[in-house]
Amino acid sequence: MTFELPALPYAENALEPYYSARTISFHYGKHHKAYVDNLNKLVAGTDLEGKSLEEVIAASAGNPAKAGLFNNAAQIWNHTFFWQCMKPGGGSRPTGRIAQMIDEAFGSYEAFAAQFKAAAIGRFGSGWAWLVLENGKLKITSTPNAEMPVPPGQHALLTVDVWEHAYYLDYQNRRPDFVQTFLDKLINWDFVAKNLG
Amino acid sequence: MAFELAPLPYAFAALEPYIDAKTMEIHHDKHHATYITNLNTALANSADLQGKSVEDLVKNLSSLPDAVRTAVRNNGGGHLNHSIFWQQLTPGGSQPSGALLDALNSTFGSLDTLKDQFNKAGLGRFGSGWAWLVVDGSGKLAVVSTANQDNPITDGASPILGVDVWEHAYYLNYQNRRADYLKAIWNVINWNDVSARFAAAVK
Repeated sequence: MTFELPALPYAENALEPYYSARTISFHYGKHHKAYVDNLNKLVAGTDLEGKSLEEVIAASAGNPAKAGLFNNAAQIWNHTFFWQCMKPGGGSRPTGRIAQMIDEAFGSYEAFAAQFKAAAIGRFGSGWAWLVLENGKLKITSTPNAEMPVPPGQHALLTVDVWEHAYYLDYQNRRPDFVQTFLDKLINWDFVAKNLG
Repeated sequence: MAFELAPLPYAFAALEPYIDAKTMEIHHDKHHATYITNLNTALANSADLQGKSVEDLVKNLSSLPDAVRTAVRNNGGGHLNHSIFWQQLTPGGSQPSGALLDALNSTFGSLDTLKDQFNKAGLGRFGSGWAWLVVDGSGKLAVVSTANQDNPITDGASPILGVDVWEHAYYLNYQNRRADYLKAIWNVINWNDVSARFAAAVK
């Protein structure tokens, strides 16, 4: 069994004008695909060949000698998750149970949005900002490079990619504008709600 | 006195086609400028640190107060690294010569081997960072890479050549093709600047 690039959940131009087809063509078609190709090469002929993505991540996380494996495997997982965090016509305020949990955890949607944006802007270098469920409570975090919230301690609900490749063609140095647009126009709250389980 | 952004020593378009004008403009006027703004903000309440050079601050990170150390590491590093980087590029490029070329040949075997090792270091830097040719603590030439805006002087080495491999350094022109950017940049390296840093480091 080899790892495969999962299909995008929408057309490459479906998120325009907020996230361009050109950005997705590189981000999905080159970066995400390269992680898949690299991981297949790295596991070939090793005892990890045939294991699931989650198993490869668990077997390599926190081990500097297996950084290549972890980086590529985790980036496959992160990107697959990220694509699902967006949808055409998305963004703005959630409703239902997730909305109520956000109010309880952060006080208001506005406070959540401000904290999420601050985490995304404050991640120096390449990485990700996350909304996670930790011990039953919502929490905002950020991770460097390929790192990700690790279950069972933390359960990912929502992420935004703040590697520069995620937004540079559309927003250049203006990461805050990208994250604000992600909040206002792109978040797939149905997916976030589904991740609550 | 606050840190200030020096003008680029050449026009934005001067390094084309290897580095495009739009990349140079945003990289210098936005990214580098933001590091300086953030560094000044971080040191706003530290009058004693404002008078130091940025090299001094980054070299002695461990002696800085906890409250400003990370901000200086990131933004002081960003200011220092970019200040070096602009000097290391020149329209039309150049070739190494003299004592530096002798040292490169004796350490790496050839200039091409150095370039291969350097490009490998840049390509292998996962995430954001820099590739460097340094004179290490024992006076020897070595190729290293650092994460984010870390500079080798923090570890006691003297950087003599640095290439930015943050995606913002090349994404508009090269997108995911960092290898192509690294290959192209040798066409605009200012070896006079590298030589001067080498001479100062081995003195």
